[in-house]
Amino acid sequence: MEKNEQSAAQAETVIRVENLTCTYGQDLIIDDISFEVKRGEIFIILGGSGCGKTTLLKHMIGLYPPKAGRVLIGGRDFVSAQGRERQDILRHFGVMYQSGALFGSMNLLENVRLPLEEFTSLPGEAMDLVARMKLSLVGLADYSGHMPSEISGGMRKRAAIARALALDPEILFLDEPSAGLDPVTSAGLDDLIKELNASLKMTFVIVTHELPSIFAIADRVIMLDKGVKKIVAQGDPRELREKSENPLVRRFFLREPDHPAQKGPRQEGQ
Amino acid sequence: MSSTTPHPQETPPDAARPKTAVQATPGPGGVRLTLSGLLETEVLGPVWTQALAAARTAPGPDVEVEAREVLCLDGAGAALILRLRQVAEARGGRFSLTGLSPDLARMVDIFDPAAVAPLPPAAPLSFGQRLRVDIEDMGVWTVRLLAAWAGHIAFTGEMTAALFQALLHPRRVRWKDVLVAAEKTGVNSLPIVGLIGFLMGLIMSFQSAVTLKRFGGEVFIPNGLGLLCFRELSALITAILLAGRSGSAFAAEIGTMKVNEEVDALTTMGLNPVRFLVGPKIMATLAVMPIMCLFFDFFCLIGGAVVMLSLGFPLATYTSRVFASTSFTDFWGGMVKAMVFAILVAGVGCRRGLGTGEGASAVGDSTTSAVVLGIILVAVADGVFAVLFFYLGL
Ligand SMILES: Nc1ncnc2c1ncn2[C@@H]1O[C@H](COP(=O)(O)OP(=O)(O)OP(=O)(O)O)[C@@H](O)[C@H]1O
Ligand SMILES: [Mg+2]
Repeated sequence: MEKNEQSAAQAETVIRVENLTCTYGQDLIIDDISFEVKRGEIFIILGGSGCGKTTLLKHMIGLYPPKAGRVLIGGRDFVSAQGRERQDILRHFGVMYQSGALFGSMNLLENVRLPLEEFTSLPGEAMDLVARMKLSLVGLADYSGHMPSEISGGMRKRAAIARALALDPEILFLDEPSAGLDPVTSAGLDDLIKELNASLKMTFVIVTHELPSIFAIADRVIMLDKGVKKIVAQGDPRELREKSENPLVRRFFLREPDHPAQKGPRQEGQ
Repeated sequence: MSSTTPHPQETPPDAARPKTAVQATPGPGGVRLTLSGLLETEVLGPVWTQALAAARTAPGPDVEVEAREVLCLDGAGAALILRLRQVAEARGGRFSLTGLSPDLARMVDIFDPAAVAPLPPAAPLSFGQRLRVDIEDMGVWTVRLLAAWAGHIAFTGEMTAALFQALLHPRRVRWKDVLVAAEKTGVNSLPIVGLIGFLMGLIMSFQSAVTLKRFGGEVFIPNGLGLLCFRELSALITAILLAGRSGSAFAAEIGTMKVNEEVDALTTMGLNPVRFLVGPKIMATLAVMPIMCLFFDFFCLIGGAVVMLSLGFPLATYTSRVFASTSFTDFWGGMVKAMVFAILVAGVGCRRGLGTGEGASAVGDSTTSAVVLGIILVAVADGVFAVLFFYLGL
């Protein structure tokens, strides 16, 4: 784990979440949580289904205004940022959504080209080349002319990663990159993430439940819980699996159900 | 009360098939139900009703279920046993289940009775509480209404800003999107615009002919038709067609993008969805609307011409009378109206699309409300124009 020490040595905070509270209308989803993401680390948000991982992610990327608290990206408050400053912060990160969210009316190449068209003044052939390079990075070089509806779910996710990479962001947010993928493709995706992290020093914030991929790539995890609506554990996943006191956390890592499936007979015989 | 319940008649006449039945006999503190046969979804209906009726009307509250002859049991069978248990417990009695083979008992045991306990009936509210709830509801609705208006106003502002930005930086406009939208909205709608125009011209001229004939005034048909067509009908009917064809399409397209998180993706890329998605559609609609109106006018006049020719008037009389009775003010008035209607319809379509909630049915709702609201707005605006033109003396 030399990489860990390296990033610990630099220890520069890229994202700081302070006292964040998220609600949908009256429903409290996340209650007053704080954490930091360091530069160059692979940071994983995990927790049971419906505990608010996607919600937290969407608040971190500024799609929903939080009920309370702040999100600082690169030291700047993203919640209150407007206009130019907001655009500037947005330039720092890319997002892959749970469903991919590719633009259905454009083929893969055009999808990846779009951010380049909008935010750079590169000539057309340069944009094409950059876009095709990003597609080849995720193994989709041969599919640049396909429409999103013509490729499989796993390919869509990879194409979405290529699009998120288009402008070489410093931070990449991925919402369940490997959910619903076969183990081989999923492992390939893990390799890609590690590769990008090592070579480009890219910071990753990933929402996932996949235990193998958590153990394969995570530097640090936080675990949310639906009941308390807070972070119930954070740290290295291997250590959490071995040492955590919290039964919730141990059960998650050991894949145990939260109630024994087989209950005693419930007959009340006479 | 002892009754043997025959098996319902709708089962196939298959003698080998065991009958499903329930037999109720009075038990010590209530009723004893003997279940037998297949307790399965397809055949359980009548037995369910009988068993529950017996449990509910028994003299005592206890329910004792004897299931030695049950051969098979699925989710519905398990539900029946749980339900009987609930009925017994609700009446303060005891429930017992005997004789069910261990394999089948498993099927019952995996369901937790507490998790499927009957929901408590909503407590009736006192007058004061009801009043409070109503007042709260009123407040919530008012806030929602105000928020919706704030949303509309903000959207109108953003849309205007997007259009001005397009004027200032024409190179930043996605012209390809504009052309695609223009083709879908305008070019593809020309056949129906033409057809409706022709029919309207034909029908109106024919109907006026019937009336005017009594006074020998058929020759005045073109005067009325020209005025009506240029001033009123072309803008109104084209706008309604636009709402049905394109307002709905805009709402559906943008709504689907919203549901698929594509709008979120645009936002986090730093692209304003209003500028990116709405701008090209509004521009395209504004560009094609005058053409659609002209098309309508042209075919409407052709429709009138057909009637006039069939009445025996020469074409020259018809055309000269049409153009003598209409001025350029009428024509431009119609065009101005058409442009305003176009912005209203396209704007409402896009706004509804962006306001789509979660899920596929939300897209349908947006589409419907885009069309309905579009047509209402057009009708209201038409009324406003009528008053305005009257006072301006146009
Ligand atoms: N748009 C919304 N409006 C209202 N409530 C929502 C909305 N989206 C999510 N929720 C609620 O917020 C809670 C958290 O949802 P979220 O999507 O963040 O879960 P998640 O942790 O990402 O789950 P999963 O692992 O299944 O994707 C859920 O209970 C859900 O009902
Ligand atoms: Mg999620």
